[in-house]
Amino acid sequence: MRPTIRFLDDQLITRIIDEARDLLRTLGVTIHNQEVLSLLGDHGAEIDLSTEHTRLTDEIIDAALKTAPSSFQLFDVMGNQTHDFSGDNVYFTPGSAAVNVMDSATGDARRPTTADYIRYAKLVGGLKHIAAQSTAFIPADVAESLQDSYRLFLSLLFCEKPVITGAFTKNFDIIRDLQQIVRGSAEELKEKPLTMISVCPTAPFKWTEAASQNLLDCARNSVPVEYISMPLSGFMAPVTVVGSLIQHTAETLSGIVISQTVNPGTPVVYGGAPAIFDMRFETTPMGAVETMMIDCGYVEIGKFLNLPTQTYTAMSDAKLLDAQAGLETGMGAALGALAGANSISGPGILDFINTLSLEKLVVDNEICGMTFRLLEGIQPREDFPSQPLFEEFLRDKHLIIADHTRKHLRDEIAFPGPTIDRANRARWQERGAVTIGQIASSEVERLVLEAEPTRLDKGKQAQLVERMERAALSAGMDALPQRDA
Amino acid sequence: MDILKDIAASLMAGDDKKIVEEVNQAIEMKMPTTEILDDGLIAGMNVVGEKFRKDEMYIPEVLLSARAMAAAVEVLKPLLIAEDVPSRGKVVLGSIQGDLHDIGKNLVAIMLEGAGFEVVDLGIDVPAEKFIETALEEDASVVGVSSLLTTTMPKMKDVVDLVEERGLSGKIKVLVGGAPLTEEFAQSIGADGYAYDAANAVEKVRTLVGRA
Repeated sequence: MRPTIRFLDDQLITRIIDEARDLLRTLGVTIHNQEVLSLLGDHGAEIDLSTEHTRLTDEIIDAALKTAPSSFQLFDVMGNQTHDFSGDNVYFTPGSAAVNVMDSATGDARRPTTADYIRYAKLVGGLKHIAAQSTAFIPADVAESLQDSYRLFLSLLFCEKPVITGAFTKNFDIIRDLQQIVRGSAEELKEKPLTMISVCPTAPFKWTEAASQNLLDCARNSVPVEYISMPLSGFMAPVTVVGSLIQHTAETLSGIVISQTVNPGTPVVYGGAPAIFDMRFETTPMGAVETMMIDCGYVEIGKFLNLPTQTYTAMSDAKLLDAQAGLETGMGAALGALAGANSISGPGILDFINTLSLEKLVVDNEICGMTFRLLEGIQPREDFPSQPLFEEFLRDKHLIIADHTRKHLRDEIAFPGPTIDRANRARWQERGAVTIGQIASSEVERLVLEAEPTRLDKGKQAQLVERMERAALSAGMDALPQRDA
Repeated sequence: MDILKDIAASLMAGDDKKIVEEVNQAIEMKMPTTEILDDGLIAGMNVVGEKFRKDEMYIPEVLLSARAMAAAVEVLKPLLIAEDVPSRGKVVLGSIQGDLHDIGKNLVAIMLEGAGFEVVDLGIDVPAEKFIETALEEDASVVGVSSLLTTTMPKMKDVVDLVEERGLSGKIKVLVGGAPLTEEFAQSIGADGYAYDAANAVEKVRTLVGRA
């Protein structure tokens, strides 16, 4: 039996969805994109181009929910399937779009560079429990208008895992071209999606020009989208969990309607990054237990609607890799996974998604590993009848080399890597009495050093470079930063 | 020689059947006994030890390798005796008087046997005299004393004192261990060694018998 957790019963889910649909019918959504609005108008929505506002109908919502696929797959740079977003399958992805990276040498957060990003991409390649890359932080050494596509460019050159990414500009063409180069053609990219793009509505009930353009572009190119609605309970959303869920549902449904109206059948993920608002510090704690409850709640709603789900739980608001970092990330990872979120974002992230720490990513990889063990649950493995095993125990006085032990040891016990200290005190002291941060730091160095170069065809690599250099020239840069890290 | 590599590989894989065939084959090839032992078995066991230290192999696999080692040594035994190659050593083990815990001590016994040592296990609640008498009777050079309780720890000193009283210092070495113990405590009672876990006990016994 797969262990699961539920916060909402079907009756409450139905009420929340009904309420959200009612809001879309009555209060409607603002969409700063005339093309999208016209398209919705063509499909029966009531639109007002002058105020860039629309009220959705039950018919358009139902049609969208009908064509949105209940599952889809992601494929790595080499074209191998890595993700099956269906049922209760769970995959972890590093948190994304931090503005700072934690400097391993100084322990301070600072603006990241190309070299930092390459180290990150190489590291992710070696982390067993992290299935995808995210464009985790924003290299500050390229023109601002390129920062979204440049992250993707580096990811595709230095790691083979698929990429969860996003765009903050309307320049989707570079992002599309880079992916098509890797796959070989638009058709092949559609056949084997390489990335998933996060697109965020603005609370309450609004899609900006860039976000709605991203939805339009992704749908037209059949690039999967995860909707990241971000209600902030008590500030930019009702203070209650249920109220925040109603808002999240309405915003996410409106996104689904846009994508499915543009291109019925385009793969979408019911995601989000809600948070409570901590009025004491004017912050948006992602590690708050109520934040995690909203996350689990909307995952249940997404599942009720038969859609793949994503959540932003496995991370922390701590400023350092400390006890708070561990407890918040561990709790979030376990809750998100028990709720059955297909894609769980967050590992590596500190400080309200402002900072990514490579050391934390190594530690979080262990949290993900333990979470996967948790999800396997308790299952009988040759435990009935038990008498022969206990007879062996009584005869040999121990079971340490029993066939039963050897056969099931690694299925039953997930032994973590070196960052999780399970030595006794003397052995720990003999090994230098190191802290988790110190071990994680050596692991980062080891994994970056041992990273294998990508097997992506050299010709395609050259095409990626050529495309990015062309974009850099248009953005006013003489050359791209060195990539010899 | 390939056969020695095969022996080392079987040892690492813990295959006690294949290793016996290979050792017999090496004997038929008139390979020197010490070469089979040193370059086949012990070379393989050294890799096992290294992997165990790096957390690449776990206790069950180490013990399986040890079982394969024991099976191979059994085949070599008549030749080792004929050639007068000394045994790996004998250890007397027990939980100290007043202490009824034995899980840790049992794990030490399993690991020592696995490493090729002979073990005389006296069980729990063992008085100091019993350790020494048994060591003399069995011609054991190491006495391993275990304690789980802070209340029974002081009794361990009796064993060390008795060794000294009887003029056996250097001949019988006392190794202590148990959850509440520390290196400092072991030194304070004058023990010859302290082991912090069962795998460490094997290393310490090897050092004490001069076979490290």
